[in-house]
Amino acid sequence: MSRPTVTRAELVKGPLFVLAALAILFLPRFISDFRAQQFAYVGIYLIALLGLNILTGFTGQISLGHGAFMAIGGYTTAILISNQGLKIGSHTFSGDLKDVWTIPLAGLLAGLVGFLFGFPALRLTGLYLALATFAVAVATPAVIRKFEGFTGGGAGINLFESPQLTGVGGTDPITFEERPGGVELWRFSIPTFNEWLYYLSWGIALVMFVVAWALLRGRVGRAFRAVRDSELAAASSGVNLARYKTLAFGVSAFYAGIAGSLLAIATTFVNPETFPITLSIFLLVGVVVGGLGSLWPLVFGAIFIHFMQIEWAQNADGAIPDWLPLLGDLETNVPGAPAVAFGVVLILVMLALPGGAGGLVRRLGALPRRLNRRAA
Amino acid sequence: MTQFFQQVVAGLASGGIYAALALALVLIHRATGVINFAQGEMAMFTTYISWTLTANHGWDKWLAAGATLVIAFIGGAAIQRTIIRPIERAPILTIVIVTIGLVLIFNGLAAWIWTAEVRFYPSLFPNDTVTVGGVAISMIDLGTIAVVLVLVVLLWAFFQFTTVGLALRASALNPDASRLVGIRVGWMLAIGWGLAAMLGAVAGILTAPTTTLDPTMMQAILIYAFAAAVLGGIDSPFGAVAGGLMLGVGLNLIGTYIDFVGADLRLPVALLVILVVLLVRPAGLFGKPVTRRV
Amino acid sequence: MALLELTDVHARYGQVRALHGVSLSVDEGQIVAVLGANGAGKTTTLRAISGTVRRSGEIVMDGRKLGWRGPEAVAALGVAHVPEGRGTFAELSVAENLKLGGYTRRGSIDADVKRMAEYFPWLEERSGQHAGTLSGGEQQMLALARALMSRPRLLLLDEPSLGLAPLVTREIFRIVRELNDQDGLTVLVVEQNAAIALEVASHAYVLEVGRVAVSGVSDELARDESVRKSYLGY
Repeated sequence: MSRPTVTRAELVKGPLFVLAALAILFLPRFISDFRAQQFAYVGIYLIALLGLNILTGFTGQISLGHGAFMAIGGYTTAILISNQGLKIGSHTFSGDLKDVWTIPLAGLLAGLVGFLFGFPALRLTGLYLALATFAVAVATPAVIRKFEGFTGGGAGINLFESPQLTGVGGTDPITFEERPGGVELWRFSIPTFNEWLYYLSWGIALVMFVVAWALLRGRVGRAFRAVRDSELAAASSGVNLARYKTLAFGVSAFYAGIAGSLLAIATTFVNPETFPITLSIFLLVGVVVGGLGSLWPLVFGAIFIHFMQIEWAQNADGAIPDWLPLLGDLETNVPGAPAVAFGVVLILVMLALPGGAGGLVRRLGALPRRLNRRAA
Repeated sequence: MTQFFQQVVAGLASGGIYAALALALVLIHRATGVINFAQGEMAMFTTYISWTLTANHGWDKWLAAGATLVIAFIGGAAIQRTIIRPIERAPILTIVIVTIGLVLIFNGLAAWIWTAEVRFYPSLFPNDTVTVGGVAISMIDLGTIAVVLVLVVLLWAFFQFTTVGLALRASALNPDASRLVGIRVGWMLAIGWGLAAMLGAVAGILTAPTTTLDPTMMQAILIYAFAAAVLGGIDSPFGAVAGGLMLGVGLNLIGTYIDFVGADLRLPVALLVILVVLLVRPAGLFGKPVTRRV
Repeated sequence: MALLELTDVHARYGQVRALHGVSLSVDEGQIVAVLGANGAGKTTTLRAISGTVRRSGEIVMDGRKLGWRGPEAVAALGVAHVPEGRGTFAELSVAENLKLGGYTRRGSIDADVKRMAEYFPWLEERSGQHAGTLSGGEQQMLALARALMSRPRLLLLDEPSLGLAPLVTREIFRIVRELNDQDGLTVLVVEQNAAIALEVASHAYVLEVGRVAVSGVSDELARDESVRKSYLGY
């Protein structure tokens, strides 16, 4: 195989990416602590959206259940670092592991489950895959609740008390004692939990973005796209459907697991309602708004779903996660109205702009060429 | 033995509800090849309408239920004409996303208009028991079974013996040939969606008294309905009903006699049913295996 | 008086143009054949008339413009189109297929069902049978009967001989001829089998690459060797 050549577009995009990365890394200097936390969540979503898009946008496998993979990641981290005395069989977890080390573990476990799920998923297409993943997502909270021995059941797992949770500081809301926050990284001192969260999330997000980009532009990415465009044609051309579909599931679940793990660290608390069906739906919304088959425009998707959820966090009905504990006190909106807006936006995007933000960007990018052609 | 009998009856009642919603799903899938993920939320929404007519406007329960069915029919048809028709030939992902959008809209609307406050919804039937062969059976259960039975029979008769019913069946089987004989296939599809919405409304009105009326009411029921439809065969109306009843009774018995499952794991069991059927026999028990034309 | 008149009709499938300006006319009570090689646009011509393909140009039937109407509306105006592949509802019974044929008729269709049974006695005997289990020839006859149920002004027949044994084909055409003789049924038939079509039709149009190449009285076309060799393949 010849080495993949760098295209002209990539020569432009490369430095742009570096600039963007630098901007992201320096941003916390200029924004409030609170905003840093909000953007941290955007970063977490971005990771999940990257994963989902690899599966749905690039390989054409619909997943309405990615919240479940995030749950695996989140709960893995929570179980490993909590000192709540959770046990599997005779082994009791005592929270000896530092939170950051659990992140790759969470990702790997979720990735493994995703990969295994890929095998039965081979036999499910389109609508039926959507149905199956939807059912998985709805059933997940019930399963979590049932195995309370190591998941903490309905009460969940509280991580705030865990001594290994890096960066958490401030006043303990229960005992009112002061805890110094922040983290020391080599010579850099990151003063607050929120900033630490920001760097953690975006650092990982940027790395995983590059990984996704590299994966998708090579042979694997081409195979993925072939599967998406026509399974029959792909199989006839020698693409091993089984290998690439399960790979897509595995990689995509890995990303979701990492995101879930970061979420657990960010919210310092997980319970069955942290990963409800609406989360899976929101991830799909984010991918659609950002653009199926796009990468960097997914940032728009992440921004959209995060800030929309703040709106929706006011709604008290049981389906909505109240897992944004610090953001729950924002200005009150009419409960339910944002959800309606959300749904309307979704439908309008699919009817009018199926390519999402990415599609819009591509069209705008093609505009100069089209204008020239008309003039000629 | 008494418990067994009671569980079976209760299972037939809950199974009847699953069957009604599963019928709605099958109807739409047969006609348009779409799985309407919003069927549950639409049912929930129409149930709220029924509630508001009785609670806030003092209507008689049965009258309100009847009016709700009409409203549901019109609403379902309207949705097909406005939102579904433009994307009829779009890729599957588009259609899935649009129905998910409908999920959000109906869920949000319900919470917006009526808030998420839990409401009490009285059953159409008296809250009594009837003793049959020494066993106490709930009248609500019997009423539910009766309603679903009547509904299924009426629907079957409609499809078998009326011209519109025949035209509907034809439109689902072969839309092109249907157009050539003069059938306005577009309107047939709208009627199909209207009927499905009606079925959903019935399912909702029968569900609300057993749990409570709130925006999440139909989420689990939808999964059970999916399981029933998949089990019976996603294109088979008979399968939907049979699947629903089997699932209802099965879940009750499993929940009663297998401690581990109990009441907590009903939903995961339904999920298991969906996965196993889709993997082993995707056409379901009564569906026709589909061969992919190459 | 022309019952059906096509003037400069274009048609396309998506971006692919199939008809590049076809003009033809059919008088009331005539049988007209449309002939030509595969891909010449014969089927597309019928589809243009019945409204199942995107078309432009003038199509007038009985004084009414068909150009903008969809298939349902065209059917309601008295055009019965038996498409390629018969268009029978395989999962429905023979009786139900016939009933659907009479969909646009008001009032009772029992008399018409009886009439069909006179032409095809087996329809009555096997009225409960699923249409998909019929033989090829029977399905073609069922499709024909279904089309006639609507008492059409114009019958469009697309490749009735397709997949049928020669004897069965002859029978079908014999029945069409009989219907034309007895009831004055106007027929526009598309056929690959030019020989048999020319026996039955009074006029014929030969299409080539979406245009009318040759047209005229059937007998003359059949006798013209160069026409036969170049366009009709025999």
